[in-house]
Amino acid sequence: MTGNAVIGLEDVTRRFGGIAAVDAVTLDLLEGEFFALLGPSGCGKTTLLRIVAGFERPDEGAVLLDGRDITALRANRRPINLMFQSYALFPHMSVRANIAYGLEMERLARREIVRRVDAILAMTELTALADRRPAQLSGGQQQRVALARAVVKRPRVLLLDEPLGALDKTLREQMQLELKRLQEELGITFVIVTHDQEEALVMADRIALMKDGRIVQVDTPRTIYESPASRFAAGFIGMTNFFEGEASEGGMAITGLGTLAVESPLPVGTRCALSVRPERIRLSKGARLDDCNAVEGTVTAMAYHGQDIGLHVAVPGMERRVLVRIPASEDGAAGIATGETIWCNWRPEHGRLLKD
Amino acid sequence: MPDRRTANVLLAAHLRLTYVFLYGPIVVLMVLSFNRAGMPTTWTGFSLEWYAVLARSPDILSAAVNTLIVAVASTIIATVLGTLLALGVERGRSSGLLDALLFAPMIIPDIVLAIALLSFYTLLDLTLGLHSIILSHVVFNIAFVCAVVRTRLKHFDHSIVEASIDLGAGLFTTFRRITLPVIFPGVLAGALLAFTLSFDEFIIAFFTAGAGSSSTTLPMRIYSMIRFGVTPEINAMATIIMLVSFTLVFLSQRINRGTIAGG
Amino acid sequence: MTKRLGQILLILPAAGWLTVFMIVPCLIVFFFSFFERGTYGGIDYTFTLDNFARAGEPVYRSIFLGSARIAAMATVIAVVVAYPAAYAISLAPRHRQTRYLLLVMLPFWSNYLIRTYAWIVLLNREGLINKALMGSGLIGEPLHILYNEFAVVTGLVYNYLPFVILAIYASLQRLNPEIREASEDLGAPAWMTFLRVTLPLTLPGVAAGAVFVFVLSIGNFVTPDLLGGGRIVMVGNLVYDQFLSARDWPFGAALSLALIFIMMVLLFLQAVAVNRAQQAKGSTHA
Repeated sequence: MTGNAVIGLEDVTRRFGGIAAVDAVTLDLLEGEFFALLGPSGCGKTTLLRIVAGFERPDEGAVLLDGRDITALRANRRPINLMFQSYALFPHMSVRANIAYGLEMERLARREIVRRVDAILAMTELTALADRRPAQLSGGQQQRVALARAVVKRPRVLLLDEPLGALDKTLREQMQLELKRLQEELGITFVIVTHDQEEALVMADRIALMKDGRIVQVDTPRTIYESPASRFAAGFIGMTNFFEGEASEGGMAITGLGTLAVESPLPVGTRCALSVRPERIRLSKGARLDDCNAVEGTVTAMAYHGQDIGLHVAVPGMERRVLVRIPASEDGAAGIATGETIWCNWRPEHGRLLKD
Repeated sequence: MPDRRTANVLLAAHLRLTYVFLYGPIVVLMVLSFNRAGMPTTWTGFSLEWYAVLARSPDILSAAVNTLIVAVASTIIATVLGTLLALGVERGRSSGLLDALLFAPMIIPDIVLAIALLSFYTLLDLTLGLHSIILSHVVFNIAFVCAVVRTRLKHFDHSIVEASIDLGAGLFTTFRRITLPVIFPGVLAGALLAFTLSFDEFIIAFFTAGAGSSSTTLPMRIYSMIRFGVTPEINAMATIIMLVSFTLVFLSQRINRGTIAGG
Repeated sequence: MTKRLGQILLILPAAGWLTVFMIVPCLIVFFFSFFERGTYGGIDYTFTLDNFARAGEPVYRSIFLGSARIAAMATVIAVVVAYPAAYAISLAPRHRQTRYLLLVMLPFWSNYLIRTYAWIVLLNREGLINKALMGSGLIGEPLHILYNEFAVVTGLVYNYLPFVILAIYASLQRLNPEIREASEDLGAPAWMTFLRVTLPLTLPGVAAGAVFVFVLSIGNFVTPDLLGGGRIVMVGNLVYDQFLSARDWPFGAALSLALIFIMMVLLFLQAVAVNRAQQAKGSTHA
């Protein structure tokens, strides 16, 4: 990553029938990074991707490539390629012909095309399947062809629209690392669109979280996870507990539970929520742990997840159960059963105060 | 009430009888065409005589040639227009008006269309001939070609057009190398259907051919043969025409179906 | 913006052709019906509503009604024969169904003159059916089954049966099989499931096929002409006569308009019925 912006989006807006699918988005995508556009369905991420690809014209704003304004440039002229969600392989052409197509459009010499196609076939392990038709390939193989077809053109940016949605779980996890490896090897900027937050966390160098057409937060995966800037971000990425209440002197007054000591920059009286990740909660019996914020409750459910154990704790005064995740290997797990009363503790710095 | 098993047996039997009903008359004609005596009074022996009579009659042959000219010409025009129409209609918003326009040629009674076209040509003082038949046949052929191609387009993944553009191709190149090859089976099936329909069409041809034997088509010839004097070579003619129709329609279905299953 | 323009360019040639060679001619027919017949068979451009008045006269009204009656008979028979056939096909193993359907449709796409002629051969006094019946001693005199209404109805049924089978089959296909299974699961015997579940749900498809056949039958010319022997006059034959023998084009035009009007009313009613049925049951189809 060199830190130069290869794609710049300035105040990009696109409306469909009065509703802004993309609303005043300003964003820089850096050279050589793996970037993820993450958000729930309908948040505008796919529209934004298509605007970068050139299939949608923004109603307002500009798209820049290396500083040049390419907003008016048609899709087939942009050195940007898109890997479609449905793969969009040409059904009447062989794998080889599919991959060669984009190079033929560049009017390269036959010899050069053959050389590059062979190279990419080898790189994506598709050489044995080169003469097959798409209908004769499995889902995973089709995806590799779609990828090869886009990558062989050496675009400045590769866009991927929900690339792993059609694959089953094992294959998906495999492909996540495959894509990451490929991106590092090629050094091209990858931009993926996904609604799966885990996928974004695993693959991306930076994530842009989108909601209702706007960008809500842009950060590295670790920062977004540990320091979500909003309630939406905290809730969308990973699982979390929300304690509702108001800001008070030196902390936060939780409805029905009393005051917690929290670093609070908010004026007294502001409605807010405290976000605590389940894995940051430690359990104790009988009394709360020192230097921790804690609530007492009854265990209502326990679920074994292999590596860890998930618990639901009912705390009087709270509507929702508190979610706790503890490593299965810990001694603390041995003495806990459903129906028991326990304390849920967390260190003050592990709670994030978020405005509504 | 019969139980399920008896019901199934009865249904299967009914289906078989239906096939007998549908194909019986045709088979009878075909068998008769080989009857030396011609008409079904008695079977006097196998003979190809009536086929020979057909081959020897100049007006039948010229009618056949005329029919081929009309069918080929109207098919080509209708296939081009109908395919473009299907492409234009399938991508856009569905318009009730447009759908009605496309549906109309198929449901309007052919006699009404025939007299309408005759009136139209008369008003324009157009000399009638094979060309006026061709112009008229294109009307219903467009509708059928469009319908067949549209069915094919329903399975068409439009993202491959975008993929082609994304990879650098212009609109014409995309149409030539991606869209057309993929929809081609549908286009071909539609063309075969159009050819068959034009080949068999009687009443519109009858009204728009004008006077003169130089623009008589085969169906027109057959009609006068049936109406004004049944001669045995009709059966031979019937057999040949039926076989041609069956082959063309069969091919049309195979082309279209085979690729939907495989592609 | 260009997408819209591209679409218009694609549609324009065909739409233009249909406008010039279908809509305009039909409009001409529409206008002709308001004029008078010229002395030598041409058009006298004097405005008149006489043609419509004439079309309403008893002799022509009875022809319209007769045509409707014949078309209705043909439609009912076709539907009654088609439904079990379509049902039988839908019960067949999946991969054979396409073949069965193709076999049903092949005659439909072939020459209808010849298909109609075949019945002349069969129904003739010396035709195959009479010969078979006389030969086996079942009758003494040949049956008078040609050149009458019976022959015309038979011819119409024969021509349109494949289409009705296809329409009903399509309707059966769209049924969610789980609905039938639910009926059985709740205790209904097979025939009850058919009567109270399958039949009502496929009725719209049946109705659509029936309307189509009725409309095509009532406007038919060839079948009553060849199989009616001049004795059966339907609306189609009437129009033919006006244009070629009587040379009264305006009257023929008025008759055509009446025919089209009946057609459009039927299609409209059917569309309304379909719409209402859709709304009432929501989505019970797969």
